Amino acid sequence: MALLTTENVGIAFGGLQAVGHFDIALEENELVGLIGPNGAGKTTIFNLLTGVYQPTEGQIYFQGKKINGKKPAEIVGLGMARTFQNIRLFKNLTVIDNIKIAFQKELKYSALSAILRLPAYWQQEKVVEDKAIDLLGLFHMEEDAHKLAKNLPYGKQRKLEICRALATNPKLLLLDEPAAGMNPQETRELMETIGFVRDNFHLTILLIEHDMNLVMGICERLIVIDYGMIIAKGTPEEIKNNKQVIKAYLGS
Amino acid sequence: MERKNFQKNYLINFIAVLFLFGIIVMSLQMKLINNYYQGLLIIAGINIMAASSLNLAAGYMGQLALGHAGFMAIGAYTAALIGLHTNLPVMAKLIVGIGCGGVMAGLFGVLIGIPALRLRGDYLGIVTLGFGEIIRIALYNLPFTGGAAGLKKIPKLINLPILFVILVLVISFLFLFVRSRHGRALLSIKEDEIAAESVGVPTIYYKVYGFAVSAFLAGVAGGCLAYFQRALDPNKFKFMLSVEFFIIVVLGGMGSFTGTILAGLFLAFINEFLYEVDELRLVIYAVLLIVVMIFKPSGLLGNREFSLTASGRWLKRKLTEKK
Amino acid sequence: MEQLLQQIINSLHVGSIYALIALGYTMVYGIVQLINFAHGDILMVGAYFAFFGLTAYRLPFGVSLLVAVIICALLGMLIDKIAYKPLRNAPRISALITALGVSMFLENGFRYLFGADTKRMPDIIGAEKAFRFGSVRISHMTFITIAVAVLFMLSLQLIVHYTKTGKAMRSVSEDTKAAQLMGINVDRTIAITFAIGSALGAVGGILYSMNYYEVQPYMGMMPGLKAFVAAVLGGIGSIPGAMLGGFVIGGVETITRGYISSTWADAFVFGILIIVLIFKPTGILGKNMKEKV
Repeated sequence: MALLTTENVGIAFGGLQAVGHFDIALEENELVGLIGPNGAGKTTIFNLLTGVYQPTEGQIYFQGKKINGKKPAEIVGLGMARTFQNIRLFKNLTVIDNIKIAFQKELKYSALSAILRLPAYWQQEKVVEDKAIDLLGLFHMEEDAHKLAKNLPYGKQRKLEICRALATNPKLLLLDEPAAGMNPQETRELMETIGFVRDNFHLTILLIEHDMNLVMGICERLIVIDYGMIIAKGTPEEIKNNKQVIKAYLGS
Repeated sequence: MERKNFQKNYLINFIAVLFLFGIIVMSLQMKLINNYYQGLLIIAGINIMAASSLNLAAGYMGQLALGHAGFMAIGAYTAALIGLHTNLPVMAKLIVGIGCGGVMAGLFGVLIGIPALRLRGDYLGIVTLGFGEIIRIALYNLPFTGGAAGLKKIPKLINLPILFVILVLVISFLFLFVRSRHGRALLSIKEDEIAAESVGVPTIYYKVYGFAVSAFLAGVAGGCLAYFQRALDPNKFKFMLSVEFFIIVVLGGMGSFTGTILAGLFLAFINEFLYEVDELRLVIYAVLLIVVMIFKPSGLLGNREFSLTASGRWLKRKLTEKK
Repeated sequence: MEQLLQQIINSLHVGSIYALIALGYTMVYGIVQLINFAHGDILMVGAYFAFFGLTAYRLPFGVSLLVAVIICALLGMLIDKIAYKPLRNAPRISALITALGVSMFLENGFRYLFGADTKRMPDIIGAEKAFRFGSVRISHMTFITIAVAVLFMLSLQLIVHYTKTGKAMRSVSEDTKAAQLMGINVDRTIAITFAIGSALGAVGGILYSMNYYEVQPYMGMMPGLKAFVAAVLGGIGSIPGAMLGGFVIGGVETITRGYISSTWADAFVFGILIIVLIFKPTGILGKNMKEKV
């Protein structure tokens, strides 16, 4: 069974059909790239999958369960996490608090145990603190744990956002242009990070990216969209030689 | 830091508060504080309580709530009616009255929060403002609130030591609450609602939750007001009162409870000082507010808190450095 | 039937004042996304200057009105320059709090200067005299209020749609950055918006004070709030919306006072606001704005 399936998903804003007839199936442990020219509707697709927008047509199934109509936070609870094109960290909080917030579902203590500082509070907080430090350690960021997120360099902010998404323990990770604004050196590091994440956390990654080197280098499969419609699917090699794709990108 | 260290800090703070309580009781007994100043301090304390509750909604959760006078009014009238129409022993009456006042305000918080908190920023501000006005108009018109004349001869159950205890409870509650998973969820909403939702924080639930807690505490402050002033009328709870709480929060720093306490005391002091020029008092307030917003929008303390134990450590370090 | 007709005329009368004031809120919000809480107090200032013009200097009505309107327009620009402009890039909540500060400053400043007592606005137009149509009466006051309001609203429409300044205003409120890139002087446009909004508010305030014969420092608060409700109801940022909202609020208030209860009328106004915001947060004519993710 596929991890994520969409059937004929579409959304219209007013009269404008932003995405239509979107059918994909993602298997477990795949690394898939979602590419397309600017304004093709890539981020809109992410917003549909994560529940930020509700599709005006079609169904989305995640691990066999229908998820359209659910709130973003519920979908996260089912095991889907994302990052944003324009990094959305909790800028004025520390790095570790950013992670701890994403561990929300691991914490169960009641407000009463929090206020009275009952053992449940201490135990669970300790568990989460340790987990957060371990997670940061995997990304060599444990030194930054108590810095404010906004004071991190750009590359690390991107990493932290991925880290935070991983803290929700996802089966599917959606990365929205993780290499945007990075120099070649940072992009190379990011490619390694993404591969590392996929192998270590056993998850499926769907990636939006403009950097073709990155996409072709690490993705096993690509989905190309233009004007909100899928125009091609296949391996990087197939996509490279697909006439429609070339036309969409070069406009001729 | 480990659990033991935290518990040591809590103990130190507790002793410090106990010490302060002792000073207050002693100075009342030795008549160092006369009735007039006692009254001033009580009012300052009630304002600090209400402003702290607002700080939870506005400073921590980033929600523009402009109707806290309304929640305070609900708490005050509930407590007053219980005080007038029940025959409980004094202490029980105080606890039941203030508790019910808080709960009633909290219920209204949920009631108004569920629809209103879907709205963003300014819109929420307007809805809460409108809600505050509706409450006030209702108090004029309902059969049991005494209309424009209000309620009179409410039993006086609050004095400075009792208020101090309640205030300490409220502030400690807030301190402990915001440093928990619930508090972090509220902070994440202020920082970035979309990101919060994207890491699994059910933002609407938490907004209503935080708003209800905030309303509850405003209701408690209202209950204290009722049991101190002995008379209530709807005009006490005008829009301007909500604004005054906002001023305290902003001056002290959004997201700093110690800031709220300092600003509350500071304004009470300024008020007293400006008593002679009462007419100019609010003009000076206004200028202060504008100047602070333009030159130091984060308020006195920003989102920092004063910590007794951290200051202790700092002092110790300085002293050892000297040697 | 005739009673209803009378109520409708009364609604138009009250509504046109709210509409005038609501325009100021909506224009400023449209261009800088700020709830200008001081707008209600601008109308108080307008009423004061008209009052002084009519009583202390014995100026004719038209001249007093014009002087008061010009002073308020300048005051609006001054407030923007001193209190709001430095905060253009600050969090919205800061600017909003400054707006509350300005409001407090004007109210209490005027109370300090001119006292808290209510001054009686002289009746110079024979306000109580009326035209009668059967049992329906239209007082001079009603007639003049509606006429002045409609006149100013029409001129506003002309300015916004047919002048260069109006075009600049519309483009800045559509997209400030793009407007700037196109060479529009954004600061100047914002200043003009404040001036026009304040001028309309002043007219509304003067009409209001003539209706209720009163001038006092806190008079702007209630009509200000209600006009704001009107602006939100119509769809904040939308000029026709503000006019429509003004008339709707005037209608709700008049009908509630007439048929249900005079003491609950204000609660009804706010109740409607809450209901509208919950079901259609963008108001009747507002555009749908969704945050970009």
